Amino acid sequence: MSNQFSHEKIIQLRKKRSAADRRFKTYGLIATVIGMAILFFLLFTIFSKGYSSFQKTVIELDVTFDQETLKITPNATYEEQVEAKFFKVKKKAIANALPDLSKKDIKLMKKMFSINVDKEIKEYFLQNPNILNTTQKLLVTAHSDVDQMLKGNAKRNIEEKKRKLNDRQLEFFDEFVFTGRLKSKFNNFFFTNADSRHPELAGIAGSFVGSLFTLITVFLLAFPIGIGASIYLEEFAPKNKFTELIEVNIANLAAVPSIVFGLLGLGILLNVFGFPRSTPLVGGTVLALMTLPTIIIACRASLKAVPPSIKEGALAMGASKMQAVFHHQVPLALPGTLTGTIIGLAQALGETAPLIMIGMIAFIPNIPTGFTEPSAALPVQIYLWVESAERGFQEKTAAAIMMILIFLFLMNAIAVFLRSRFERKW
Amino acid sequence: MFYWSLIIISLGIYSAYIFGKSRITSHSRQLEIKTASLPTYYAQYIMVWCLLPALIVYFGWIIFEDQIIQNLVLANFDFDLNPALNASLLIAEIKNVALSDSFAEGKATEILNAAEHYASIKYVSSISFYLSILIVMILGVMFASRKLQPSFRAQQSIENYVKYFLFFCSSVAVLTTVGIVFSLLFESLRFFSDVSVFEFLFGTKWYPYIPIREGQSGSQGSFGAVPIFAGTFLIMIVAMCVATPIGLFTAIYLAEYASPRVRRIIKPLLEILAGVPTIVYGFFAFVTVAPFVKTFGQSIGIDASPTSALAAGLVMGIMIIPFISSLSDDVINSVPQSLREGSLGIGANKAETIKRVILPAALPGIVGAFLLGVSRAIGETMIVVVAAGTAPNLTANPFENVTTVTVQIVIALIGDQEFDDPRTLSAFALGLVLFVITLILNIFALRIVKKYRERYE
Repeated sequence: MSNQFSHEKIIQLRKKRSAADRRFKTYGLIATVIGMAILFFLLFTIFSKGYSSFQKTVIELDVTFDQETLKITPNATYEEQVEAKFFKVKKKAIANALPDLSKKDIKLMKKMFSINVDKEIKEYFLQNPNILNTTQKLLVTAHSDVDQMLKGNAKRNIEEKKRKLNDRQLEFFDEFVFTGRLKSKFNNFFFTNADSRHPELAGIAGSFVGSLFTLITVFLLAFPIGIGASIYLEEFAPKNKFTELIEVNIANLAAVPSIVFGLLGLGILLNVFGFPRSTPLVGGTVLALMTLPTIIIACRASLKAVPPSIKEGALAMGASKMQAVFHHQVPLALPGTLTGTIIGLAQALGETAPLIMIGMIAFIPNIPTGFTEPSAALPVQIYLWVESAERGFQEKTAAAIMMILIFLFLMNAIAVFLRSRFERKW
Repeated sequence: MFYWSLIIISLGIYSAYIFGKSRITSHSRQLEIKTASLPTYYAQYIMVWCLLPALIVYFGWIIFEDQIIQNLVLANFDFDLNPALNASLLIAEIKNVALSDSFAEGKATEILNAAEHYASIKYVSSISFYLSILIVMILGVMFASRKLQPSFRAQQSIENYVKYFLFFCSSVAVLTTVGIVFSLLFESLRFFSDVSVFEFLFGTKWYPYIPIREGQSGSQGSFGAVPIFAGTFLIMIVAMCVATPIGLFTAIYLAEYASPRVRRIIKPLLEILAGVPTIVYGFFAFVTVAPFVKTFGQSIGIDASPTSALAAGLVMGIMIIPFISSLSDDVINSVPQSLREGSLGIGANKAETIKRVILPAALPGIVGAFLLGVSRAIGETMIVVVAAGTAPNLTANPFENVTTVTVQIVIALIGDQEFDDPRTLSAFALGLVLFVITLILNIFALRIVKKYRERYE
């Protein structure tokens, strides 16, 4: 007996036990730290890959606006100026970008400029028409390959065949860098353009507007329906089988994979009801159905939080039940329901798979102007760019992700603000 | 059409409201009787009767208009005489020609006539659309205004309508489920008329290409989905191996060890991790984790595929960590304090209390969280679409390239969709399997969690 529980053994056992205790705590700490580390690593990866996309590379080019090449007269009307031969001016300018270029060189040189250059020249001229017959130093957009090389995203110490720029083009590149004609500028295209086949011209404006239309649709559908459903379930639903069925359905819909909602949109909305494909209207409808459970759960919680005495007071004053609910309970629950809706919208903003199913994956090079026009959406745009083989799109992807994360952050901040500002505690 | 109808309908219901209000006030003044309800309720009553028929006509029209016009246009073509004609292609051609002259060049006169016919019908249709909306709105108001008597209890009937509307709102959830089941079942049945259920569920060869020409080499498409299920399972296993320990230990740490201040910082951060769109995880897997796995595989002498199951699974696990941790955290927190105190009181230390008392007590809830995590892993799409493979591969080696149910659905539906081709329809059959499995997991998990909650309440 005394042997079994000797003082030393007990101390040893206790040491062992407290070591196990400490170990266990450390495991917990390690797990938490891993989680946080992953979050920061994820954000770091995205920001470090994406921030360079907010800059674009421009090349200083001497452009001679002489009237013979442009084929216009000094007193040409605006319409004539618009029709002038700017591509010829561009051709000449590029041919003279560096001295003594052979024909082959000019061809290579041309590939170092964006195809948008003649448009840029044209815009510059239309703004300052009095520069006719002068030579101007213009900063024109460089091709994505040049851009990537300057940003250091493309390797140069590899075989010529694996490089986008060949040896001769690298010589031009170095010459440009040496003479200081290669500059970085704020990438306005990223914010004003829609998708493009050319990385240097691709932007998120189109998909952003598409996402905006989609979210408006989601809001217009999901908010009233969500509030209506919550009011019914909280206040009017009789306790019967059908009410139970509704409750079970809401709980289950919350966990149905999003891609299944996409199949619903394709099978029912597009094929049976004939909604227009690839449009914010369909995308918004599908996402509204998907976020409905989130919104209903949040709305019900905030309706429940309103003390029953308020409703009872209204009823005692002779209000009908409908009046008590709509005049007193709902307005008091509104901040909570709005918060829930915004969180639902944030979830809808990041959703990709259902939108792919209903065809919002098409290449849309212009900014949509309505709910029934084919359009892209931000997350789908990200997917399209991830899948793209062009190197220049990788930083665009990361930058678009940064934008979507910023929007999500803003939406959540608004939700938190609404909650803290307007929510009343009883 | 949408905007114009919106304007017409809004103007219509606004004037109906005004009409109803002025009518009932003048009526009650004439008869010198007080109305049974406030005048606004009468106005609302009229408004509802103006809006409802207009909406019915509007939706009926946009659903059926196209079909009817097509049938009218195609009535001129004799399909029995000319079996080569394809109705859907033909109508697309006619529409194109009708829309713009540039398509009209070099088309048969038949088509040109049909296009003209189409355009004229379309014109008549759009005019009669607006007219019929106007007419039904007026009819609705006329019908309802018979009831504009001071004795009519407008408030009660409006409140009933509102109640119906609220009921409809909450039935949307049920309708959605019905819609999902209907669309999946309907298209799946079409798929299973070409491919046997047995082959689909137990076949081991997935080759969803139907020969374009008869007798083409490698001809018969085959739809054995076992490699796809196996791939989904493999990635799910990898994901859960990452998510369960990290998520669970994070939950234990947050619930039992962390100070309130640390909790206040960590919890929102985990929520951020949970709120990151899955496509972002996909990008992360694609640019960071997959190359890492490849180098890691090389360093231990395994040739890893750039789209390995391991990379997709790891990132999917990361995605599920906050899910598991927040659910388990709730569960652990709801274990009654008395259990903890009892255990500590008889001399157990904290780790022993957690291991021997709290975790067993919380086990059902944790299992529920695990099952919900599994259901998410199976249904997750964007991570695997970006980071996992596209070719079916029956393997248990996580360094190899596997594909999942969701990836195959996306592949089948991107690009041309032909709803008489088993390749497209296979997406719905796979979707059905996905839906059924996740539904079973969810019901099971929710039931466990609910039972557990009841035990401690």
